[in-house]
Amino acid sequence: MSAEAIRIAVRRPARRLLLHQLRSEQLVFWRSREAAFFIFIFPLLLFVLLGSVYSGHYQGVPAAWAVLAGLVGYGCANTAFAGLAIQLVVRRENGILKRLRSTPLPPATYVVALLVSTLAVFALQTVALLLLGRAFYGTPFPPDWGSFVAIIVIGAAAFAALGTATASAIRSAEGSSAVVNFILLPMAFLTGSFGPVHKYPAVLRAIGDVLPLKYFVKLVNAVYLHGHGFWTQPGALAVLGAWGAAGLVFTVFKFRWEPRES
Amino acid sequence: MPAIEVNGLRKAYGSLEAVRGVDFTIEEGEVFGLLGPNGAGKTTTVEILEGYRKRDAGEVRVLGSDPERPAPEFRERIGVVLQQAQLWPNLTVRETHAIFAGYYRAPRDVDEVIALVGLREKAGARVKTLSGGQKRRLDLGIALVGDPDLVFLDEPTTGFDPAARRAAWEMIRSLRSLGKTVLLTTHYLDEAEQLADRVAVMREGQIVRVGTPRELTSTDLQTEIRYRQNGEEVLVRTDEPTRVLAELTSAAVARGEELEGLQVRRPSLEEVYLALTAEQEAEVEA
Repeated sequence: MSAEAIRIAVRRPARRLLLHQLRSEQLVFWRSREAAFFIFIFPLLLFVLLGSVYSGHYQGVPAAWAVLAGLVGYGCANTAFAGLAIQLVVRRENGILKRLRSTPLPPATYVVALLVSTLAVFALQTVALLLLGRAFYGTPFPPDWGSFVAIIVIGAAAFAALGTATASAIRSAEGSSAVVNFILLPMAFLTGSFGPVHKYPAVLRAIGDVLPLKYFVKLVNAVYLHGHGFWTQPGALAVLGAWGAAGLVFTVFKFRWEPRES
Repeated sequence: MPAIEVNGLRKAYGSLEAVRGVDFTIEEGEVFGLLGPNGAGKTTTVEILEGYRKRDAGEVRVLGSDPERPAPEFRERIGVVLQQAQLWPNLTVRETHAIFAGYYRAPRDVDEVIALVGLREKAGARVKTLSGGQKRRLDLGIALVGDPDLVFLDEPTTGFDPAARRAAWEMIRSLRSLGKTVLLTTHYLDEAEQLADRVAVMREGQIVRVGTPRELTSTDLQTEIRYRQNGEEVLVRTDEPTRVLAELTSAAVARGEELEGLQVRRPSLEEVYLALTAEQEAEVEA
């Protein structure tokens, strides 16, 4: 067998395994009504609700446009950070991760499939937001699709790293969703995902200023509302990247496949 | 080549020595029972063989591989039933089997496996609607769907009602007829006696006895002879039951008496096991 033939023989099952696991992840996600509702539907409902509350102009654009940008930010943190963290904790404590480790499925394939599956859910949610916004509030489509897709992927990657880090830090499945939401909801309010923060006390705004969601919303605003290229925001990219890198390092050192010893 | 070879296996968690020098060999096609009370080191031993834990010392070969550095096909050839594992509650029995089947190069037919573990009527049911016993059968099904040569069953019937246990035993017997090698841990003596070709009794991280259930019951404890004399129960324990019985009966015949309620019995595996696991306490008292 030539070297090329060997490489193909090795690669084929790897690609087949990845596709199989991706299909499995999607089946598991959409079959769970709680996950499908809280992760996928809930931000869409919030958008329709908040879009009808705010009127006039904000940041030089109609308010509904800014609400949409904020909800893309919230959707990213909700899907890639909160949803992923809760799913991972539950799977770990239920022994599903441990069980999978005894099969020929490589851990890297599992992780990649889970991340791609999470990105797919978030991307679909963003498309749904854009369609809903257009139908209800006349919001536009992104002026530069390339930059828009780039920030969706960058944001999902950074928040997924924070999600896996949080899952590594949480010790038990009971209360994991409470802990995660205790981080998610204040972060969403303080960073302006649900509306302007300029009337908030200075100390709350200062807290919001260090949180990663603030910089992701800033990127969405620049790309979606103002038509800038994503590379025109190096500061926001750097803060988001630093949070993502910190999450990744914590995950690499602290992630466990097995449930806590009972 | 044996399916499993273990020599001088040791594992400690901090200052707790969970496994303290264990040796055993399991031949291909054998059903081997690892028996012992909770905390004896059974699960630690099995999880080292499955590749979940690193050992501190000793030699381990499983299907010709060191489980810490397994050959690429190692996980294609083993099936694992863990003590506690829940699967995805909203998927059906068939979907769950199909997901696991997709991980193997040469899986068995999903519906065939579902029928083998007795879940044919539940193939389309969501996992969350299954009873405890049915969930355990699902665990066994997904361990078999990759058509493994070696199956690890860690306390497969703990928490079962008697009927579910008998059904599980039938399934485990069917594994033997398929030619699988099975390593079974249990703290139920009757389970080891019913299922295992050979049994190793573990206590405090060591194997205190290995043999067939028959060997264990014939070597360790004396035969008991019971009868009533003058209304009082008499119990004789002996290593030479034939001679003792002949003496007792011929003496009784000579006196023209009947040995009332005469019984001769071998100790059960349970009694051997209790004697083995009680030795430690006796040593402490002495």
